[in-house]
Amino acid sequence: MSVRIIARLDIKGSNLVKGIHLEGLRVLGKPEQFARKYYADGADELLYMDVVASLYERNSLHDVIARTAEENFIPLTVGGGIRSIEDITSVLRAGADKVSLNTAAVKNPAIIKEAAESFGSSTVVVAIEAIRQEDGTYLNYTDNGRDFTGVEVREWAQCVEDLGAGEIVLTSVDREGTGQGFDIELTRLVSDAVAIPVIAHGGAGNPGHILEAIEEGRADAVAIASVVHYDFIKKSGSGHKDVADGNTEFLKSGKTFSMVQPAGFGEIGDYLADNGISGRGRIATE
Amino acid sequence: MSAGEREGTRVAVIDYEMGNLFSVRHACRHVGLNAFMTSNGKDILRADAAILPGVGAFGKAMGNLVCLDMVSPIKEFIASGKPFMGICLGMQLLFSESEEFGVTSGLNVVEGRIVKFPPATDPCMRVKVPHIGWSRVSCPREKADFWKRSPLSRVPSGAHMYFVHSFYPIPEDKEIILSFTTYGETAFCSCVMKDNLFATQFHPEKSAALGLQIYSQWGSLVRGMAARNE
Repeated sequence: MSVRIIARLDIKGSNLVKGIHLEGLRVLGKPEQFARKYYADGADELLYMDVVASLYERNSLHDVIARTAEENFIPLTVGGGIRSIEDITSVLRAGADKVSLNTAAVKNPAIIKEAAESFGSSTVVVAIEAIRQEDGTYLNYTDNGRDFTGVEVREWAQCVEDLGAGEIVLTSVDREGTGQGFDIELTRLVSDAVAIPVIAHGGAGNPGHILEAIEEGRADAVAIASVVHYDFIKKSGSGHKDVADGNTEFLKSGKTFSMVQPAGFGEIGDYLADNGISGRGRIATE
Repeated sequence: MSAGEREGTRVAVIDYEMGNLFSVRHACRHVGLNAFMTSNGKDILRADAAILPGVGAFGKAMGNLVCLDMVSPIKEFIASGKPFMGICLGMQLLFSESEEFGVTSGLNVVEGRIVKFPPATDPCMRVKVPHIGWSRVSCPREKADFWKRSPLSRVPSGAHMYFVHSFYPIPEDKEIILSFTTYGETAFCSCVMKDNLFATQFHPEKSAALGLQIYSQWGSLVRGMAARNE
């Protein structure tokens, strides 16, 4: 079994964005362009997160999903703003393979069970947004880490497993967008607590961080954003001039983010294989 | 040029409300097959080839096939000798029975059972269920010729394919086993071929370029059969 390296693309309207701690979104380009590059480079999966998820922008998200599913033959998970079984059906019809639930699952945990029964457990991913408390415990949040649910992360993870979730995307809100590395303690806490796969997310700043999440955090999969986004921007130069709306100052400045060491999926896969972690098309020697 | 090529060879993607059929249709179109989704038994029977995809629970899937009156058309189609592909749950449904939620009967086109991954005996092994991800699909010893005659012919043995499942098939007839895959401590049958029937536990339509290679080879077979039947 190889560990999956998943490209996470945060989407606002029709743009790819990236923030820090899930806030302060900067526009990076068009998600389809990035997805195409990641598919070509050997990403194992794509994860689209509609970070604004307003009803008004729903149609543009469906167009982005359809265009992505048509040309990239790897699994596509879509999350953000999914509130009902009807929402799930429409996202799957647009071409997604799995859906990721967060707020809806907290407000109405029965939706996990209902979705698992209707679409199969493997279609239902639950997103957990964890924030470390002063006493060292981790609590689950919703709405990009803004709303406190009062539920302890480990307990919630086991609850969603019992309800039929097929996977968990575990975000460390504290680390998200910082490039400081994954919260290993959090990753291990959840991965050891459940029998379903756990996707670690939040904080990857270089390939070494990914290795750490797998070896020490015991993550079954890793979702990364900044490392590959900035790599693509760096290599494609000024190829994103078609982006007009939103906070584009950063993009126009041509800078990259100093905490992040950009790397492509190819380099990441080679690095992991050299360190004993097999991946698609790469068999690590023991 | 035959009529079949002019109109495009028609592949029925069986829609029984289980999982993402769009990726299957996209993959077919990518390799030049004219795929259409249908829940109608007559449409299936008129097609040149058919695909039974699917993700989800075995019992519910069989229930849906019964409700939509598709059990007999599917069996009739397979008996007709036209190419038929089963994917993931669509592979499992071809078997006699599944141990998912007690015992549920399947289409019984292939003798055998569907069983759940056992819990790991070695606690150090990370064996999460469902098995989600890229695992190696390998050619069993002494089956190189069988592999070369199959839609896997252009795929190297040991290639990674994308899997999503908690159960796996155990065919009665070991001759039909085309590939095996190891997950945790379990080596299971990941692909079968029997006459016009080809089925995979993995998702070739989600397995990037090598997966599309399987569609492409299966597509050549479908076109060849359609031309011969004209």
